[in-house]
Amino acid sequence: MRQVIIIGSGPAGFTAAIYAARANLEPLVVASSVEVGGELMNTTDVENFPGFPDGIQGPDLMVKMQAQAERFGAEILYDDVIELDLAGPVKTAKLGSGAVHEASSVIFATGSAYRKLDIPGEERLSGHGVSWCATCDGFFFRERTIAVVGGGDSAMEEATFLTRFASKVYVIHRKDSLRASKIMQERAFANEKIEFVWNTEVADILGEDAVNGVLLRSTVDGSTRELPLDGLFVAIGNDPRTHLVHGKLELTPEGTIWVHGRSSRTSEPGVFAAGDVVDPTYRQAVTAAGSGTVAALDAEHFLAALEQTGDPQVAEDIEVATETPSRASDEAETGVAAA
Amino acid sequence: MTAKATTSATWEQDVLQAEGPVLVDFWAAWCGPCRMVAPVLDEIQAANPEKITVLKLNVDENPDLAMKYQITSIPAMKVFKNGQVETTIIGAKPKYAIEQDLAAYLA
Repeated sequence: MRQVIIIGSGPAGFTAAIYAARANLEPLVVASSVEVGGELMNTTDVENFPGFPDGIQGPDLMVKMQAQAERFGAEILYDDVIELDLAGPVKTAKLGSGAVHEASSVIFATGSAYRKLDIPGEERLSGHGVSWCATCDGFFFRERTIAVVGGGDSAMEEATFLTRFASKVYVIHRKDSLRASKIMQERAFANEKIEFVWNTEVADILGEDAVNGVLLRSTVDGSTRELPLDGLFVAIGNDPRTHLVHGKLELTPEGTIWVHGRSSRTSEPGVFAAGDVVDPTYRQAVTAAGSGTVAALDAEHFLAALEQTGDPQVAEDIEVATETPSRASDEAETGVAAA
Repeated sequence: MTAKATTSATWEQDVLQAEGPVLVDFWAAWCGPCRMVAPVLDEIQAANPEKITVLKLNVDENPDLAMKYQITSIPAMKVFKNGQVETTIIGAKPKYAIEQDLAAYLA
């Protein structure tokens, strides 16, 4: 039986693997068969990861993280977890190949999946003009007219990237201002090929075998109009990937995995969660990496306590850094600090 | 045996005139998910040499075929039989999911 299995291979999973490996926990990383490296594998320039002043390509960053984890002895499996049993002292993970692995602890870092628009035509035209991956599919829209739906950093990055190919890129956004960072906004605003369509949502995608337009609906007065397009790129955010743990771990109202305070401890002793799957708010490569660190340290403490007590529940109780700390000023007011 | 490459020049013979089912993987070097799914397709080819032929078509080098088959999203995997497209799989998927999609050919 292993000490720890890490599920996921994005910045959270690989950073947890680096820490766990350096703590001699000999982690097994189930990295997935076709999404190794996670979401950054589909991005181009990463300009906000500290330590790379000239930026780094997303895939290069992930290859380096994996190499760093392997250097300290993490074992990487290119397979997918299809079933998890997290209750009790022995956690088991069944893989797509049929193999079953057991461990005393699990770090769950499965990230998030592209959110769908959930409108008619989307499923039918997915792969026929509707895309979630600008770096994969932009090439096929040379000199075409396309649109990006969304208002965050991903939408701005995709829109800007797609102007390399397309003759015109609309950005369709529900509101009249963007959530994206200032630098990404300014880049998009300065690009002559990009035109913003504000206060508008996509009500339907038109076309039989291929996209030939969208039906737009104003979020202000509900009026509709058609916009002819050759392609639609969806960048409206992500949903935490929790299907493996439904009914096994507590979730938050946002759908992320619930954890104790600032820790990575889930509702199940010995199971820790990190990265986008616990974070409805920040969702950056570097916050995911930090979160992976927390999970590895929590797992390390848990395993040390487990070795002493032999009881996962007791080990859980004597762990550190679980609850949100109270403010020193609050304590001073109530006299607790003085006591 | 791993998946071999095909091109516009050999398409007719490799794919359209082929005897059994041929899975063509439309891919490009700059497509991350394509690089991920390539070894999975190699494994499927190696495990089923008699049942299916897996070929790779680089869309950068063979844009005519990408256009002809209306490829707008890669990886796109199309199974040809008697010159006709029978099945289309779009996007990188885990091996077991691709095997399910190809169950009719791998049985």
